[in-house]
Amino acid sequence: MKLGKQSIVFDHVYLGQAAVATGPKEKLGPLGSYFDQTYDDLYCGAKTWEKAEMQLMRDAIENCLTKNNIGSGEIDCFIGGDLNNQIIIGNYVMRDYDIPYLGVFGACSTSVEGLIIGAGMINGGSFNRVLAGTSSHNATSERQFRYPTEYGGQKPDTLTFTSTAAGVILLCDNATDLRLSGVTLGMVIDAKLNDPLDLGRAMAPAAFSTIEAHFRDFNTKPEDYDLIVTGDLSYYGKAMLIKLFKEINIDITDRYNDCGLLLYDRFQQEVFAGGSGCGCCAAVTYGYLLSKLRDKTYKKILVVATGALLNPVIVAQKETIPGIAHAAVIERIGE
Amino acid sequence: MNNEMKGAIEKVKKETKPKRKVLLNMIKAFLVGGLICLVAQIIIEILKKQFALDKTMANSVGIAIMVFFGSFLTGLGIYDKIGQFAGAGTIIPITGFANSMTSAALESKSEGVILGVFTNMFKVAGSVIVVGVISAFVFGTIRYLLGI
Repeated sequence: MKLGKQSIVFDHVYLGQAAVATGPKEKLGPLGSYFDQTYDDLYCGAKTWEKAEMQLMRDAIENCLTKNNIGSGEIDCFIGGDLNNQIIIGNYVMRDYDIPYLGVFGACSTSVEGLIIGAGMINGGSFNRVLAGTSSHNATSERQFRYPTEYGGQKPDTLTFTSTAAGVILLCDNATDLRLSGVTLGMVIDAKLNDPLDLGRAMAPAAFSTIEAHFRDFNTKPEDYDLIVTGDLSYYGKAMLIKLFKEINIDITDRYNDCGLLLYDRFQQEVFAGGSGCGCCAAVTYGYLLSKLRDKTYKKILVVATGALLNPVIVAQKETIPGIAHAAVIERIGE
Repeated sequence: MNNEMKGAIEKVKKETKPKRKVLLNMIKAFLVGGLICLVAQIIIEILKKQFALDKTMANSVGIAIMVFFGSFLTGLGIYDKIGQFAGAGTIIPITGFANSMTSAALESKSEGVILGVFTNMFKVAGSVIVVGVISAFVFGTIRYLLGI
């Protein structure tokens, strides 16, 4: 059911088990123990960075199927995306599966974008079981968007560290303990920022727009959620989002955190402003936050995946970097 | 998005603009960059004294040795760490040039020798070469015309 201007309420979309596979830095981070499979090496047993990311995605899918105790034949659709050109990770991993596949791109907002599409399919009554997954890899992103990994240029504090992680979740129509009760679709918001080394601040206005629309559409306020979490704004983006809400007299400070700051210990690990990438929001949400919902720490959370719609070619043509954010409400059923 | 929110974005955007530690970075760049040049000079002096090379030859061999060091440290994954500390101090000397070439070559070796390494080796360093050639031409011409 449509709600307000840009939201949808779902009445029977449930979350099954999710699985997360990560690289070494995420393993050593504060949430390391929440992940299903981790690697000590950035190559993850593969020969190239891209193949390493594919391995992570494959691991996440396999773990997800096993944890849900279902075979790939029982999945109606896999919705996936990543940050590589032509979203190659999902495309190539899905060669090995007999699952219908939709490849999607929303930069780092892909995780919730997948949830939205999957939930729509299930709520509409067409499909029963949908997998939504996403991945990112530090080295594939560095070469895609920035400089070679070993290049010695100085990186500013505002830089976010692309996480090496893949997360996959099962959406289904038979009741489980967690429910995807509503989503708010974001619009492309361009705050006219143009620094590719400061993406947190470029995305914060998009998160601001989506969360504000969410509060309006659902007629809720920050206190109605146990946690509001953005995908990868990290230190500078988080500070900016809090200030943005202060400007319209909404205080989100005590309810709000960012996955990029949860995934790593910013002071012990060399991640600059914090984590980013598709895998960041997926790993933290599917690995850590779902556990916290299931162990009754939280009852209802708002996950806002944020994407910087960055393309080096168009930025070199003096364009700015727009952002997008999509929100999903995940709540525990019962007390 | 309403005008109040648009106004908030414009305002907060300016307020939260991060400041870069320019002075500290300059000091670090000066010290590390200077240190690299000092090492190079010592190598050149040794080449002149111990190996009896003339000035031009000693310079060329000295530069080649520094390029080797730059590439070697890049391969070991150390140069980017020094670069993070020193900034321009490690990028401006010839070792930085070696780093930009080696890092691009390493990065693209997964696409093979010709389409990977050969094609992409100068991806970062290419602009330095172009600027170098153009400025050499301009200043060479000026020098010729002035008869210096």
